[in-house]
Amino acid sequence: MRFIFKTNYAQDIHLAKHGGHVFWYSLLVVLLIAAPWVIAEYWLAQLTFILIYAIAGLGLMLLAGFTGQFSIGHAAFLGVGAYTQAVFTNMGVPFPIALALAGSLSAAVGVVVGLPALRVKGIYLGIATIAFGFIVEEVFARWESVTGGNSGIHIKSPNLFGWQLKSGEEFYFLCLVITVIVTLGIVNILRSPTGRAFVAIRDSEISAQSMGIHLARYKTLSFAISAALAGIAGALYAHKLQFISPDQFNIIQSIDLLLMVVIGGLGSVHGAFFGAIFLIAMPQLIAMTKDYLPAVIGQAPGLQSVVYGMVLIGFVLGEPLGLYGRWFKIRTYLQTFPFYRKGMFKRQKAFQKSDRLK
Amino acid sequence: MQILQLIISGIAQGCIYGLIALGFVLIYKATETVSFAQGELMMLGAFCGLAGLTMIGFPYWLAVISAIVAMAIFGMLLERIVIRPILGQPAFSIVMLTIGIGYVARGLITMIPGIGTETHTLPVPYKDQIWKLGGDANGVGALVLNVELMVVIAATAALCAVLFFMFKYSKMGIAMQASSQNQIAAYYMGIPVRRINGLIWGLAAAVAAVAGLLLAPITFVHANMGFIGLKAFPAAVVGGFGSLPGAIVGGLIIGIVESLAGFYAPEGIKDIAAYVVVLVMLMVKPNGLFGEKLRKKV
Repeated sequence: MRFIFKTNYAQDIHLAKHGGHVFWYSLLVVLLIAAPWVIAEYWLAQLTFILIYAIAGLGLMLLAGFTGQFSIGHAAFLGVGAYTQAVFTNMGVPFPIALALAGSLSAAVGVVVGLPALRVKGIYLGIATIAFGFIVEEVFARWESVTGGNSGIHIKSPNLFGWQLKSGEEFYFLCLVITVIVTLGIVNILRSPTGRAFVAIRDSEISAQSMGIHLARYKTLSFAISAALAGIAGALYAHKLQFISPDQFNIIQSIDLLLMVVIGGLGSVHGAFFGAIFLIAMPQLIAMTKDYLPAVIGQAPGLQSVVYGMVLIGFVLGEPLGLYGRWFKIRTYLQTFPFYRKGMFKRQKAFQKSDRLK
Repeated sequence: MQILQLIISGIAQGCIYGLIALGFVLIYKATETVSFAQGELMMLGAFCGLAGLTMIGFPYWLAVISAIVAMAIFGMLLERIVIRPILGQPAFSIVMLTIGIGYVARGLITMIPGIGTETHTLPVPYKDQIWKLGGDANGVGALVLNVELMVVIAATAALCAVLFFMFKYSKMGIAMQASSQNQIAAYYMGIPVRRINGLIWGLAAAVAAVAGLLLAPITFVHANMGFIGLKAFPAAVVGGFGSLPGAIVGGLIIGIVESLAGFYAPEGIKDIAAYVVVLVMLMVKPNGLFGEKLRKKV
């Protein structure tokens, strides 16, 4: 067992809570840096996708998991980022500038979507974001002079001020660096007054307001940051696939993103990464086990959605904090080894709370 | 004549949206949960009807009744097995849960070999019949009415009447109203709130099955037909999420706007017309046309 004896406030908000954190995260970084020399190119590409989805997941996690505003149209922000990046890169704009433009344009769109969030909440917000997602998808398909319409658009490899990143390894490192920066940024926001304000809004809007939190400003800010991250992820996604078309940013993609943060664990930064790993690894696992199943099940096209649905139902019913919640319990069990009680994380029995009277 | 034609086909499409929206509203009013699986329930209902008609060989009326009853039972089972254990958790969890149910339903249907991945036509007795009204001797300028559309409108009107009288006069309907207004008060009055919730889910699934059976002759029966449920959300919001007549009216508005946009507006507007309408509605009047405005008392 480890006892952390805190003697000052700086220790309380320090990113690494104890030496174990420093050790394990350093090890993780070393492993990730060594990855291109260790694993095959195909798996490196999958790892790159995990990093890209994790960035989008961090954005959605900030919005849904920490601010409590859920968006069912997040693929639209991903798409805005991807198309912005594609258009500017093809015009010859260097990668960092195009990425910044993609992020800021997404953030601007996010602010526009965030505006109705000040008036509507809960399910109405969900429907507003669905509607917005459909409209943006249609814009991608119809604005042919810029987006290339339904036939899609090709994108050149990223150009880092004259240095073309053509190989998978170089692009992997680029994604890794951006992911690390984004993660540190999010973790920093969360320990700052801004992050505390987000969490307060999630837990109770009325009490947050009484504590002097400007709801409109923080909700819009949350939408903006979340959309900017989705835009950055979209830009990287576009570079990775080298080809984008409107149907990559449809409602299914939005639901996949939401599924990712819920399965990963709402309200935890780790959750975004666990969710991304799940989202990328699951189709691979299904593809691997397909051959061992009877042909009727294994070859059915609906297998993946059945598995996703079952896992989602299972997590909502059995483990509402997702993969991170399960990991947290296991870790607590190990840390407090002989003293773990069964009721430690018992789910509170809640009464039906009315959303209508908010 | 043309505009009348467009409006009638819009009304028929709107009736379908309205019926699916009715399912959302029933469930929302009773349990304050939003079901994203309503479109998939509709799809299952259509497949039930298809199975009854083509595989078992029931006559049309028997196939319709058995599909509705089967879906009602399925809805109740669904409520008992997956929804009830997490009642009282945040609304978001239940939304994700119903999304999961939708995924599973869609996946399982496509897993049925030979049937799930195909598109089917539902062999109804009134297929491809038309009525002509007015016009001159050669039928020029006549109002051509597709019987399939008229059946949709008539069936929706009949179903609304049945629901209206049920909620107004039957003991069960009044109990459902009471439970949706205030669950705890209803419980104290001796209303079995849990059983009512189960019945509401059954009712919503039955209404979805009716929508599926009505929609099937117009489009086709296939695994992805449930995505039309996403257009029923705007219908429910336009009408006001907590209002039963509002759901139907909202559906009609969305249907007519879509039909007119398809003809008069540039290409592509038709698909997003419903969403534009709902965004405008949310900005102007977030509670919808018939929604009640409730304020929290401190």
